[in-house]
Amino acid sequence: MPITVERPKLTLLEKFYFPAIIKGLRITIGHAIRILRRKKKVTMQYPEEKWDDNMPEYYRGAPALVTDEHGRERCVSCQLCEFICPPRAITIIPEEIPSDDKWSKVEKRPKEFEIDMIRCIYCGMCEEVCPEQAIYLRKDYAITGHNREEMVHDKEKLYEIGGVREGLVNKWNKLK
Amino acid sequence: MEAGNILTSIEVMPILISFIKIVVVIFAVILPMVAYSVWAERRVSAVIQERVGPNRVGIPFTKIGLFGLGQPIADGIKFLLKEDFTPGHVNKLYYWLAPALTMVPALLTCAVLPFGSELFGEKMVIADLNVGPLFVFAIASLSVYGIVLAGWASNSKYSFLGGVRSSSQMISYEISLGLSLVPVLLIFGELNLSEIVREQSKNGWLLLPFWGEGAIWNGGVDRFFLLFPAFIAFIVFTTSIFAETNRLPFDLPECETELVAGYHTEYSSMKFALFFLGEYAAMIIGSGLIVTLFLGGWSLPFGLDAYLMSVSGDPQQIPWWLGLIHIGTFLAKVIAFILFFIWVRWTLPRFRYDQLMKLGWIIFFELALVNIFITAGILILTRDPAP
Repeated sequence: MPITVERPKLTLLEKFYFPAIIKGLRITIGHAIRILRRKKKVTMQYPEEKWDDNMPEYYRGAPALVTDEHGRERCVSCQLCEFICPPRAITIIPEEIPSDDKWSKVEKRPKEFEIDMIRCIYCGMCEEVCPEQAIYLRKDYAITGHNREEMVHDKEKLYEIGGVREGLVNKWNKLK
Repeated sequence: MEAGNILTSIEVMPILISFIKIVVVIFAVILPMVAYSVWAERRVSAVIQERVGPNRVGIPFTKIGLFGLGQPIADGIKFLLKEDFTPGHVNKLYYWLAPALTMVPALLTCAVLPFGSELFGEKMVIADLNVGPLFVFAIASLSVYGIVLAGWASNSKYSFLGGVRSSSQMISYEISLGLSLVPVLLIFGELNLSEIVREQSKNGWLLLPFWGEGAIWNGGVDRFFLLFPAFIAFIVFTTSIFAETNRLPFDLPECETELVAGYHTEYSSMKFALFFLGEYAAMIIGSGLIVTLFLGGWSLPFGLDAYLMSVSGDPQQIPWWLGLIHIGTFLAKVIAFILFFIWVRWTLPRFRYDQLMKLGWIIFFELALVNIFITAGILILTRDPAP
């Protein structure tokens, strides 16, 4: 049994069509005037204006390594982030800390720590999984380079972006 | 006969003056206007949609933006430098011919448009034809060939459908276009566009007859009652121009959602640009025609022309400054109309094809036809029979 959908009955004025056109023209000119009189601003002129100041706390930008307040690398090369990383952007080569080093009791540190920023999807799983609170997603978002090699962040670059993070940070549970 | 005799028997000056007028009008007025109406289209559409639009391209190698006024020049350079690609499956001759056939008629029609009164005693119109509107229709209807040929020669289903749609649409709307103009010609009793404008300058625009002999208090009862058919003619003519120039809401030949890009799907680089330029040139000429016929062409409103002439002293000779004012007035009116075209484009959605045909054949055709009789009736009742 086919269902017939009634077309809406138009009044004479609606059939005439011109009032509707004039109404539409009024709407569009209204928008134009509003934007021309700068009552409303939508677009940000990108390179000159950036939204860095309005970035929320939870923004996930480039992942980076941090040192603690004593200047020690927090990363102990457990390689959990390397395993969890969905696009496999992280490559870690661990290294034993020599016994005459100040932090020899930590035992392990990364010899090389590379994040391929072409692969990184900024999911933040490395940050979530890290037991040492050594890797964080920072607010840097304009990661650019002229070739693929430039887009791989090595250890030095990661510490440069990351900087120092003091004290313990409760990542999920505020009560902990 | 010797060659020298032929040369001396031909007057060189009129040819030279026409040549100067053609070069100036085409290369200094129409083509820049085409380029900048594309820019205006993008800026106005952006403003209507609360965006910004092209606002960066200014003077190269500096930070000076100039509201993006360099954009059309950059676009033009881009079109020229792009690879001119001809697909393997096309009919080469017609494929190459089609863009020129769209562009040339659009530019040819500007020959009869009076873009100013007089400058240094020279009429500001390239060809002062006595059959102005007929010439425009004859040439403008040629531009459909470019589109049909493009659609056919491209050998692609989208192009073909676009070409077919375009031809039927343009042919249908040419009827109402021509018929809607008959009342105007009845009212003026004149087919020379320059004379029509001069009449409007003296006795009131067709849609604004409130000075000179056209004003109702000066005995222009006929013109007052003729406002009604004139307005109908204006609506039909303007809408038909929209359809003729394939502008939205009637841009079915190239509607992106169904036909990729319609008849110019297979075109790239400068050949595509020629289609693009032809379309915008047709829009400018169309606006010029509407302004000339209905809104007084180059004339200033409310008898300002007559007043300025009386200030200048000599009643026969139009001074150069007034000539320049007239040219400026015409350009201002045309630009205003182009902005209206753009405004309408970004307001209305596209018609369905059957709606388009219904509007053309069932409503506008009849309306234009009836309008002729209304006009004729009013003319019989209000004007004295011709002696």
